[in-house]
Amino acid sequence: MSAPVLRAEGLGRRYGRRWALRDCDLDVPAGHVVGLVGPNGAGKTTLLSVAAGQLAPTTGTVSVLGRAPAASPAHLGRVAFVAQDTPTYASLTVAEHLTLGARLNPRWDAATAADRIARVGLDPSAKAGRLSGGQRAQLALTLGIAKRPDLLILDEPVAALDPLACREFHQGLMEAVADLGMSVLLSSHLVSDLERTCDYVVVLVDSRVQVAGEVEDLLATHHRLTGPRRDGARLPSDQHVVAASHTGRQSTFVVRTREPVLDPAWRVSGLDLEDLVLSYMSAGARDAARPVLEVRR
Amino acid sequence: MIWLAWRQFRLPAAVAAGLLAALAAALAVTGPGIADAWTSGRAACAARGGDCATFAQEFFADHRGGYLTLVVLVLAVPGLIGLFWGAPLVARELEAGTHRLVWNQSVTRTRWLAVKLALVGAAAMAAAGLASLAVGWWSRPVDAAGAADLPRMDPVLFDARGLVPVAFAAFACALGVVAGMVARRTLAAMAVTLAGFALVQLAMPLLVRPHLLPPVVETVTVTRENLASFYAEGPDSPVRLDVKGPSGAWILANETVDAAGRVVPTVPLYLTSGPCSEGDAGGPTAECVGRVGELGFRQRLTYHPAERFWPLQWAEAGVYAALTAGLAGFAFWWLRRRVS
Repeated sequence: MSAPVLRAEGLGRRYGRRWALRDCDLDVPAGHVVGLVGPNGAGKTTLLSVAAGQLAPTTGTVSVLGRAPAASPAHLGRVAFVAQDTPTYASLTVAEHLTLGARLNPRWDAATAADRIARVGLDPSAKAGRLSGGQRAQLALTLGIAKRPDLLILDEPVAALDPLACREFHQGLMEAVADLGMSVLLSSHLVSDLERTCDYVVVLVDSRVQVAGEVEDLLATHHRLTGPRRDGARLPSDQHVVAASHTGRQSTFVVRTREPVLDPAWRVSGLDLEDLVLSYMSAGARDAARPVLEVRR
Repeated sequence: MIWLAWRQFRLPAAVAAGLLAALAAALAVTGPGIADAWTSGRAACAARGGDCATFAQEFFADHRGGYLTLVVLVLAVPGLIGLFWGAPLVARELEAGTHRLVWNQSVTRTRWLAVKLALVGAAAMAAAGLASLAVGWWSRPVDAAGAADLPRMDPVLFDARGLVPVAFAAFACALGVVAGMVARRTLAAMAVTLAGFALVQLAMPLLVRPHLLPPVVETVTVTRENLASFYAEGPDSPVRLDVKGPSGAWILANETVDAAGRVVPTVPLYLTSGPCSEGDAGGPTAECVGRVGELGFRQRLTYHPAERFWPLQWAEAGVYAALTAGLAGFAFWWLRRRVS
């Protein structure tokens, strides 16, 4: 498809002396439901806030749909952002939130908004302050979707929801994506949240992208190898070791390779997305814990 | 955006409108009676050929309580506006996180702030203007009665009349908004606004207003007619004196100067001996007052005359307008640079 929905180069954001995001390079293609996953404090919220134009980066550049974030009202209209904790105006009713959306967005889709509100069972006359967390999230999501954006950014939208509300939220999101065909970028620290929805995954640990790619492709190229104990360095060069664990006589590797694994000593099994992501997250955490030897300018 | 700004401002605006209506009603009920009492009283004392000054003093004394309460009210309106309209305007959004919702609609945050500021600023000026007008209307007879003691040039009245309350309300509102943006907490912003409001309220008449126009400086010979006070702090202390200024003027300084033009606190005359030891009902004798001049002492008055009321009002309103513009400019800069 067209320009990448999000491209970051050397992106950094500092709060006082603390870097929330540092040296982040990222390229997210259009036309996907992208899951941004990583441990708490990896910089996900900062990255998404910068992408949504809420935060100005301290260093580096970022472009969203080919332009600087929040460059103009028109560009603001093409990107929707549902912030963490899905803020809404407590004193405004659900219907007034829809009016707000209609007044503030030229591409507003009133039919979709009304339809979604009815489908998720929100009372239009209820004050947003009296809604449950799940209902509030649905309202915020409706505001984002009815804006008819080209890119919908969701920052941990389901973090505060119970499993049922969480499933309903993802269901609503998937329906909207299917209907409206927008790109979605959503973050979570729980892989299980993303497994149902995402077809593209970015793993971010300590500001660094550990792996990024289409889920199908990732699942097809990652394997778990179990066999007699062996040093990871002795694996074939086309097998990139993501994670390794050893017991007395046995070694387990998670490797990435495009070639078939031919060594008969290995028992080869596939990974599910959660295993795959967790492998990268623990690998990233290990890297981050090492002393940094490179010279910073 | 106007819809949202109005929707959020609806409740505070309704509360203020209710309070203003209550004030206006109270003034409308009591005002005509006071005005009638003033005109009929004046007519009666004029018909008697008597001294209307005594009547005016009594009239003023009778109504001083309510009158001064209203003055304080008009002085407080800009502060209340800054506290309850200005400070929460942005701080509440930052506190509740709703800025993250509204800044992602298809409206730039510059426009978002511009609309909010314009709406609330205009309402602030209208509210302060209406309060000042209503109180001014009610106070006219008392103003007239008290003109000798408390002219409208007096710092207490000056801030409560004319244009200044309107300009001050705009300033206090902008101050509250900026405090809210920087503090990001409504309560802290309110405290800062209150402190800033009190500070400016004091600094303006003490430090700024006297210099908005060059004051008139006049050195006069002390006579029995222009003498305002003539006293000593003890039996053996030298005399201090003050002279009357032009009527309705705002006196900045009333100083005794010697022949060389130096300011002196006292003149070497004593109430226990010499020409000033005796006085009559009109104060010190002509001989005593004459001695002041013979010794080379004169009185130097520094003041703004009464007819400078409007020029000073415009000048001070201009100062507040400039401060408001500066605060608003800062708010937009801060919004782009620092808030988020």
